[in-house]
Amino acid sequence: MKQKITTTILQARNSYSTRVRSLGVFGILLAFVVICAALALTTPRFLTVGNLTIILTQVSINALLAFGVTFVIITGGIDLSLGSMVAVTGVAAALFAHPDTYPLVVPLGIALAAGVAMGGFNGLVITRSKVPPFIVTLGTMTIGRGLALILSKGRPVSNLSDTFNFIGGGQVFGIPFPIIILVVVFGLCTLLLKKTIWGRYMYAVGGNEQAARASGISVAKVKMIVYTLCGALAALAGIVLTSRITTGQPNAGQGFELDAIAAAIIGGTSTSGGSGTMTGTLIGALLIGVISNGLDLLNVTSYYQEVVMGVIIIGAVVLDGLNRKG
Amino acid sequence: MANPDLPFFHFMDNQTARPVLVVRALSKSFGGIKALDKVEFTLNGGEVHALMGENGAGKSTLMKILMGLETADSGEIMLAGKSWENHGVRDALDRGISMIHQELQVVPELTVAENIFLGRESTRWLPGWLDDRSIYQTTKQLLTDLGVALDAHTRMKYLSVAEMQMVEIAKAISYDARVIIMDEPTSALSEKEVAALFGIIKDLKAKGVSIIYISHKMEEIAQIADTVTVLRDGKYVGTKPAAELDQSTLITMMVGRTIDSLFPEATAEKGEVVLSVKNLSIPGKFQDISFDLRAGEVLGLAGLMGAGRTEVARAIFGLDPLAEGEIFIKSEKTTIRSPEDAIRHGIGYVSEDRKAWGCVPGMSVLHTMTLSSLRDHLRGGFIDAGSEKAAASRMATDLHIKTAGLSQQVLQLSGGNQQKVLIGKTLLAEPEIIIFDEPTRGIDIGAKHEIYKLIRQLTAQGIAVLLISSELPEVLGLCDRVLVLAEGRQTAVLSGQTISQEKIMNHAIQR
Repeated sequence: MKQKITTTILQARNSYSTRVRSLGVFGILLAFVVICAALALTTPRFLTVGNLTIILTQVSINALLAFGVTFVIITGGIDLSLGSMVAVTGVAAALFAHPDTYPLVVPLGIALAAGVAMGGFNGLVITRSKVPPFIVTLGTMTIGRGLALILSKGRPVSNLSDTFNFIGGGQVFGIPFPIIILVVVFGLCTLLLKKTIWGRYMYAVGGNEQAARASGISVAKVKMIVYTLCGALAALAGIVLTSRITTGQPNAGQGFELDAIAAAIIGGTSTSGGSGTMTGTLIGALLIGVISNGLDLLNVTSYYQEVVMGVIIIGAVVLDGLNRKG
Repeated sequence: MANPDLPFFHFMDNQTARPVLVVRALSKSFGGIKALDKVEFTLNGGEVHALMGENGAGKSTLMKILMGLETADSGEIMLAGKSWENHGVRDALDRGISMIHQELQVVPELTVAENIFLGRESTRWLPGWLDDRSIYQTTKQLLTDLGVALDAHTRMKYLSVAEMQMVEIAKAISYDARVIIMDEPTSALSEKEVAALFGIIKDLKAKGVSIIYISHKMEEIAQIADTVTVLRDGKYVGTKPAAELDQSTLITMMVGRTIDSLFPEATAEKGEVVLSVKNLSIPGKFQDISFDLRAGEVLGLAGLMGAGRTEVARAIFGLDPLAEGEIFIKSEKTTIRSPEDAIRHGIGYVSEDRKAWGCVPGMSVLHTMTLSSLRDHLRGGFIDAGSEKAAASRMATDLHIKTAGLSQQVLQLSGGNQQKVLIGKTLLAEPEIIIFDEPTRGIDIGAKHEIYKLIRQLTAQGIAVLLISSELPEVLGLCDRVLVLAEGRQTAVLSGQTISQEKIMNHAIQR
């Protein structure tokens, strides 16, 4: 009974911070357009097909990770192991992607399996042990980094086949392949979130886990799905990254999880769970990409870029909060 | 600011029957909707003044304006004969107006005394340096004055709801409150605790404190109120001495039409046994609970707060694991490990706690209603939005749910409509057995009546209903049989003519 009162109070507070989402996406879209317009006016090189293609290609890896972590954050969780999963899966793929060894499906399959396994492990521990996702994925982040170093014996894995390198570096009808992956995955993730029961259940679990459970939703299953999916998308990102730099780097992906989480949050996903959209996250990732590209074009050194990015993350969330209150 | 070192109850005007607070022609609109329309309200010294009306009648808005949480558009508030412009909660508190909210606002990890003096801690020695001794002394004095046996050092999380409420009252008094607003103070209290609360209210009255008492419970009003003011749709309907009002007059004032009978006649035929439970036990919660439930029957689960009623319901619905016992659905032994299992076996549960166990913040009426039956609207693996919407809108019409549209968020609805949405969610999963746990808690009389009618309709369709209610008239008015629990044990099964308020209470109170 006493507990019930407490949860009621907490719930009431929660509901205050997780409200309308459509407005949030509109706000961030507006910010995105304004920034693009400003960059287009100040730097003539910004609005060229070549430059925009570069931005999209650069954004693709972060966006893939951000889509995954958006699912997780919507259910009220977090995944800090993304960057390590990128490294593990990238190295795993590279080990089987040397020329004239295995067909392409082998490195891809192995990387995906590794991602699914790691994500599944996260999900399993989180649903079975009740240890907060923050702690569990902090653990797997370290485990993953170790695994990547073990698998690669601490050295970059290079000499990869041309077919493998096509994934990150090739083009179809002049469009870089990573962009095609990005678009397809974005479409699939949107469908999953908007049009399937699992998407609906994710919102319910993140918004009010007790209510979700009482509605007959298997909360554990939903959480397993999001963490596993997050692992699979990390594997995809790992493959694209490894292929793009034509090397399996055990130290790759450090800090990627934070960029991905930032993209989701800038895109209006509430860290308290229950709200968020793929469109928002995509715009968030694009915004990060455009700003770092713009700052490059304006010859701002990378030290300052970090500062700017941090300010933008905080600013986006503050604006979002004001938006929701008003 | 009230100084904790000052003695309490030293009022300028200790005379009764002199207006302490007068509200004149108060109006307030929210975006074109008039929440209050020239409302009148006069509170005399030392009276218990019940403020009644359906949800949405404007009671909360009026109280929020008094507490300084909202500002009025027009009208006047007179405090002790002087016009008063409220400058916010602090101002209200300083002028002796306190409110005990329905949802208690406590910090669970802090002690009783720390909660009472939250935000005005005594820092006599050094700025920022807590002078705990004085707040504990003052709290002790306060609790003694109130006649409450509570230790000032106890952390709030260890208290019962009733005890927390006493603390809130003590807090209100510590502000030297001359007017205390109580918003549904008994909604989570047992009979005994209600009696204790009423005792305290009478003491406060004797000391000249005026109480604005908000409640939906008729019996309480008759018992405790001196005066009743009724609001309807933001308008002032009237003020009358409580003694001159009978229940039907009051309902007519509140609803604006006559409700001939609160509880519709039972017409359902009783069918075969659909749910049978044998020797259900969870140690520390309940022991040896056995009963049968027939199609078309309403079985009441009565007992005091903490008797284990909700716990039994939760276990049958798979929310808590059973330690022992068997559940048979249509004579077939069934294992229920989760609500998912329960729903699959045709059991529905409408929780007593809408916020914690029902509503998802930010979720629309549409999505909430179909949450338990989403699989029925799958086409090729995807949700068929058309079919989903059709089902929800049919249910919204059937249950007379008042919304601005299906896309409105559930939490923006009134309590009664939230409850109807959650009932709709349960019904859309097409259950054969429905457990209603305090289905009318905190909702207005009109919505109550509709829920009673609905329960009758459901049983007429052959659905079996297990009804948990703390309101005895509800149990008497609806149930075919009543299972009484006391301290986790089943003490009686009453049926037909033998169901009476006294009998239920007798069996509910363990010797």
